[in-house]
Amino acid sequence: MTLFYDKRFRAYFYQFCAVGIVLIAGWLMFVTVSDNLAKQNIATGFGYLDRQAGFIISETTIPYQETDTIGHALLVGIANTVKVSLLAAILGTIIGLLVGIGRMSRNPLLQRLMLAYVEALRNVPLLLYLFLWYAILLVALPPVKEALELAPHVYLSNSGLVLPSFTFEKGAVFLRWAVILGIIAAFFIRRTALRRRIETGQPNHGGLAALLALVGPALALVIMGGVAITWEIPEAGRFRITGGLHIRPEFVALLVGLSLSVSASVAEIVRAGIQAINKGQWEAAAALGLQRSRVMRLVILPQALRLMVPPLTNIYLTVFKNSSLAIAIGYPDLVMVSNTVMNQTGQAIETIAIFMAVYLGLSVAISLFMNWYNGRVALKER
Amino acid sequence: MNKSVLALAAVATLGAMAMSAGAATLDTVKGRGKLICGVSLATPGFAAPDDKGRMTGFDADICRSIAAAVFGDGDKVDFVPTNINTRFQAVQSGEVDVLSRQTTLTYTREASLGLDFGPTVFYDGQGLMVAKSLGVASAKELKDAAICTLPGTTTAQNLSDFFRTLGAKFELVVFESPDENRAAFFGGRCQAISSDRSDLASIRAVANNPDDYILLPETISKEPLAPAVRQNDSAWRDIVSWSVWMLMAAEEKGITQANVDEKLKSEDPEVQRMLGVTDELGPMLGLDKKWGYNIIKSVGNYGEVFERNMGQGTRLGMTRGPNTQWNAGGLLYAPPIR
Repeated sequence: MTLFYDKRFRAYFYQFCAVGIVLIAGWLMFVTVSDNLAKQNIATGFGYLDRQAGFIISETTIPYQETDTIGHALLVGIANTVKVSLLAAILGTIIGLLVGIGRMSRNPLLQRLMLAYVEALRNVPLLLYLFLWYAILLVALPPVKEALELAPHVYLSNSGLVLPSFTFEKGAVFLRWAVILGIIAAFFIRRTALRRRIETGQPNHGGLAALLALVGPALALVIMGGVAITWEIPEAGRFRITGGLHIRPEFVALLVGLSLSVSASVAEIVRAGIQAINKGQWEAAAALGLQRSRVMRLVILPQALRLMVPPLTNIYLTVFKNSSLAIAIGYPDLVMVSNTVMNQTGQAIETIAIFMAVYLGLSVAISLFMNWYNGRVALKER
Repeated sequence: MNKSVLALAAVATLGAMAMSAGAATLDTVKGRGKLICGVSLATPGFAAPDDKGRMTGFDADICRSIAAAVFGDGDKVDFVPTNINTRFQAVQSGEVDVLSRQTTLTYTREASLGLDFGPTVFYDGQGLMVAKSLGVASAKELKDAAICTLPGTTTAQNLSDFFRTLGAKFELVVFESPDENRAAFFGGRCQAISSDRSDLASIRAVANNPDDYILLPETISKEPLAPAVRQNDSAWRDIVSWSVWMLMAAEEKGITQANVDEKLKSEDPEVQRMLGVTDELGPMLGLDKKWGYNIIKSVGNYGEVFERNMGQGTRLGMTRGPNTQWNAGGLLYAPPIR
């Protein structure tokens, strides 16, 4: 009994109980559900993942055929989700950074324009924008029979953009290693140059050398004839342009919608980050004789960017989850593929469990990465 | 304190278990005083509210005939629009008593979904629709075309099978919402749109100019549309089945909504049994003696239901096709009511 008056013991005891209750509730729920499913003669289990999918998916980031398994089809969905969210996060961050800086401009026209941009995007549900972009793409672009030929073998129509694509005949592996080698070399050259600059004060970025190191190995390989590619030229068929690389309007509408929505949020975070920097920093930098643009680039932004990392995590999580709106405009993301699977097998609970687990897993991964990154770049206050 | 929380959780769970243990559907329906019927989201011809807000359509009338059999009043129905992805869960969980929603009867569905299907109410098949201006006369010419569709199980798979047999490729564009699906097709994103033929007729009916579009002659799959109920309640399934068969039998016997009162005096023994003049068939299923009379009085016979909702006089303008009586070369064949 005296143990119960021990503060630490009590704290552990309560936590233990709380976890216990959650676990028991979860277990009871699981038992009830499986019991009810059995009672209603509904098939359960994940065995269906090994069955043949039998449906085609229009956009595949990883190789897929209709004769592959349902599990593989779900992987295609995951890959599509990751592809569009990743691209949207990158594009959105770049646009958002520019808009956010524009928002802090002393030019009233630019500043107001950026304000309007942010407000217009933040205050209308993303779903409506997706419908809008998709409808615009369908209406504004000509039907595929009257496709615009932008450049030789590059066609634009409301079925999308078709470009010539190429496949490697030989040297694909070498080229990949050459590129990786180039990136590593460039990274080290930059780092050495930076250290020397800090030590000696000489303005040497090492930029040219780094660029050479970056493209050098790959270029050498190509010149030496270590790489051979074959082009696949798009051809106008009776209905559609086939062959080559096909960028579909569903993907473009989703990417544009997500990127713009990210950019509006990022812009506000950038503005907040910049405003959070003490006015003294501006004044001190100005006192050193730096121009306003350089103050921004060299003094304010490096400090502000660190402050922006935690709120950015939220934005990235949101864009990842919002990518599931793809379903409205026909982009085959994880949810879309899951829906087809659900419809086909009728095993809704398992399929929903899978896509929830995927979203949860990837969201946690994004969070952990951003936390790690934040820990690295955050200002160390001593 | 912790104990009480645990007890509460246990009680709640047990309660949930008890509720799911199915009571006989007929008793539930009678106790409630209304039939709850799962139908499509606004699909003209099958189930869509008219300008007065009354649910009309072929599927809706099937619901009404069941309600008429149970209550003697075809209007004692609550219509629940169900989503294509959650329609089966709606039946399984008991949210709806019967699903009358353009649903194809297939082996997997009957075997693994905890459902039982009633008789086929509509013999449909998957078809393809294109713009006339495309100059296509057969689905076989649609090699490499882009085809818009909904994420229905059978639709996407049938297309894949059809083109795989032809050794041709095509692009499948799948939309979750019927509106977006239609918009993408009318907007020219896809050269063709694929669905059940009846559904295509429904889509064409809402086009700006329906005459610009044609249904291609191929039927690439069999789609017997049937109502579904929860598994292991055969008494309820019997009521659903025989309500449907009553509609078909009535057409065969020439009983219509208009002449049903006259037919009460008919000399034909089968008609007398159907309308409950002789024999007490209804009570065997827990229904009123005049259940057949009530059904026909409420919605008419099969032919009337068809013509009213999707026949030549409507915007859908469908012909009966295989959905005619067996003795006229069709597939409608009601077992004898005796």
